[in-house]
Amino acid sequence: MGTVAYFISLGLAALAAVVLAAKAHDGLFAAHAWIVIIACAIAIIWRARTVSFGGASTAGQEKYLDGVVRAGAIATIFWGLAGFLVGVVIAFQLAYPALNLDLPWTSFGRLRPLHTSAVVFAFGGNALLCTSFYVVQRTCQTRLALGNAAWFVFWGYQLFIVLAATGYLLGITQSKEYAEPEWYVDLWLTIVWVVYLLVFLGTLLKRKEPHIYVANWFFLSFIVTVAMLHVVNNLSVPVSFLGTKSYVLFAGVQDALTQWWYGHNAVGFFLTAGFLGIMYYFVPKRAGRPVYSYRLSIVHFWSLIFLYIWAGPHHLHYTALPDWAQTLGMVFSIMLWMPSWGGMINGLMTLSGAWDKLRTDPVLRMMVISVAFYGMSTFEGPVMSIKAVNSLSHYTDWTIGHVHSGALGWVGMVSFGAIYFLVPKLWNRTEMYSLRLVNWHFWLATLGIVLYASSMWVSGIMQGLMWRAYDALGFLEYSFAETVAAMHPFYVIRGLGGLLYLTGGLIMAYNMVRTIRGDDRADAPVGDAAPAQSAA
Amino acid sequence: MADIERDEHSGTDTTGHEWDGIKELNTPLPKWWLWTFYATCIWALGYVILYPAIPLINSATTGVLGYSSRAEVAQELSEAAAEQSVYIDRIRTSSLEQIRSDQDLFTFAVAGGRSAFAVNCSQCHGSGAAGAAGYPNLNDDEWLWGGTLDDIHLTIAHGVRFDDDDETRYSEMPAFGRDEMLEKTEIADIAQHVLALSNQEHDGEAAGRGAIGYSDNCAACHGENGAGDQFQGAPALGDAIWFYGSDGASIRTQIANPKHGVMPAWAHRLDEATVKQLTVFVHSLGGGE
Repeated sequence: MGTVAYFISLGLAALAAVVLAAKAHDGLFAAHAWIVIIACAIAIIWRARTVSFGGASTAGQEKYLDGVVRAGAIATIFWGLAGFLVGVVIAFQLAYPALNLDLPWTSFGRLRPLHTSAVVFAFGGNALLCTSFYVVQRTCQTRLALGNAAWFVFWGYQLFIVLAATGYLLGITQSKEYAEPEWYVDLWLTIVWVVYLLVFLGTLLKRKEPHIYVANWFFLSFIVTVAMLHVVNNLSVPVSFLGTKSYVLFAGVQDALTQWWYGHNAVGFFLTAGFLGIMYYFVPKRAGRPVYSYRLSIVHFWSLIFLYIWAGPHHLHYTALPDWAQTLGMVFSIMLWMPSWGGMINGLMTLSGAWDKLRTDPVLRMMVISVAFYGMSTFEGPVMSIKAVNSLSHYTDWTIGHVHSGALGWVGMVSFGAIYFLVPKLWNRTEMYSLRLVNWHFWLATLGIVLYASSMWVSGIMQGLMWRAYDALGFLEYSFAETVAAMHPFYVIRGLGGLLYLTGGLIMAYNMVRTIRGDDRADAPVGDAAPAQSAA
Repeated sequence: MADIERDEHSGTDTTGHEWDGIKELNTPLPKWWLWTFYATCIWALGYVILYPAIPLINSATTGVLGYSSRAEVAQELSEAAAEQSVYIDRIRTSSLEQIRSDQDLFTFAVAGGRSAFAVNCSQCHGSGAAGAAGYPNLNDDEWLWGGTLDDIHLTIAHGVRFDDDDETRYSEMPAFGRDEMLEKTEIADIAQHVLALSNQEHDGEAAGRGAIGYSDNCAACHGENGAGDQFQGAPALGDAIWFYGSDGASIRTQIANPKHGVMPAWAHRLDEATVKQLTVFVHSLGGGE
């Protein structure tokens, strides 16, 4: 896009936002309009200060558009730390309610969606944006399509995050889990997402390789399906086009089913398919080994995306949802077990012939443990979808533990591994500033996950058993408050696990800053006393 | 595009594809993986035949087993009710005194009352019924509205100051300060007198002045010596048990602008047998008269 068009479109956007701010029906809508005005102003001023009127900006164009990948890597870590921090805060709020501070903006109810959106959409989303842009260019041997559209996707997505996050703190929500932003933020994300799809598809179309690499199948299925999920689940009628509030199109059990069709597939296509795309590129690259089985990748890809989309009703066992839908949700979840594990097998077996590298390469170790956590979570998920198990586990902390072994273990660790791989490449360094710090990050994060998952298992199963406990005469044994009191020590342990995970993230940020600055800590090799011949 | 080549480590051919240096092995699907996948599909098919599963136009297949989660929960509830019905029926037809003196019924009623208390009452009165500021402790001998079985039953069934129930317990202490019935200094003196009544540290001179005001304004309900009056729900003031705080400031506030708590009438929400069980349970906590 030309410089003139850039200034005109941003100027018009700012003008429109000024009108919206002036005519807004509620103060919250005006606040969001002001955020848009400020964003436009920053974009205009920043470009005006760096603009060159020589018009020779495309002269030295590199083969790949990597600036947006660099920005994405930084954004991933920034939002990751923010999300982990809020997670630690709300974990301790559950253990010590005084930490709610009696302020609306810092109450658990507003910080919880801030945490989930920050880690899933801001941290995870930026990890997916930056890795998919990197991988699709490398595996297609071509530059991203549509010029600088990828930059629009990146900054548009950051604006979505800021609008969503500030909205939560101000109390703007449509009360749909993992889809809390109101109608106008949803519309903006839809625009950004469609451009993302066009950039990705366009790059695939102009690829210089005969075939499309498996990682790109997963990225593409993630982008397409998330678009569909987002649009359908967020169908709603605004009360006014100048106000925040809207009403969701569906009601009652139809709304619940739509919500969990969305919610489960956000896990399936955002946090599973998308991150399998990351795994399929970075694990073989880092291990220096061919992918274990091409056939397995085909079969597990198609079976995964076909089966996943039907599994959502298992979130609504023993509710008003008709029995037939519950049955289907459960059997599709069971059938999903092996298709999920296909990814784990391909990830782990790709290391055959390179297992010794785990001893010396903490980055590869991070990727491998993420695949191990992926395998564990995708086994636990089908187990929890079985109605008899679900009758105990549902609504308890077990679910929270399950989500976090997947989120911290799989999504987090594979993203860290990919970022550790990418940062030296993107900033032209030979390796990270310190692999020993990567090792510290690895162990802190792993220990944090172990504390988190095990405490939530114990707490969740205890909670479920207490809820259903009857005495000899057929009366309920415990009051709700007694179950809450019994969970307190586990809430503290969970909070400590989160704190370890956050500490690992801080170490990563430090390591990343030093790498970008070009420092090298010149560590002794990890895994001490490496055999002399490996250096030869 | 690279050519098909043999991977030395595994002895497997590659597919001949290559992307940015990544190749793929042409390994067949792992047998155990494939057979486990088939097994889950066959299991799923069997489950779909046995249980409600396939949506039709106006309904869904009911499954060979004829299972329904609603029928299942209805059956579990009716079985649970049937097991308790022997006791419940007797509790319904027995007087509170009869329940208390029959060992079996008493044990059952206390267990049922404890459970109902945990669900309905513990939010205000506490899990151990020890109460909190503004919510009476039910373990002690002091009763606002009486501690006999019949008194407790009436309080639980009809509540306190609960507008929707005509038989609710009702009393209201005048707001001596807010309604300008007494001067601030008079209220302070009366508070000193109340401190004296309950054997707390106080200003003897002020308490002496307050004694007259107390006698004129308070004694009708709370008694000349602060013994209270359960008939009017007037708390005793001569002991160490306090509803809204025992210090001078709290007492002054309560005289000037008193708080009045509300307890719901549980007869509207719980069946009579449960209210009776709650009565016997609360009565058994230690203070029953």
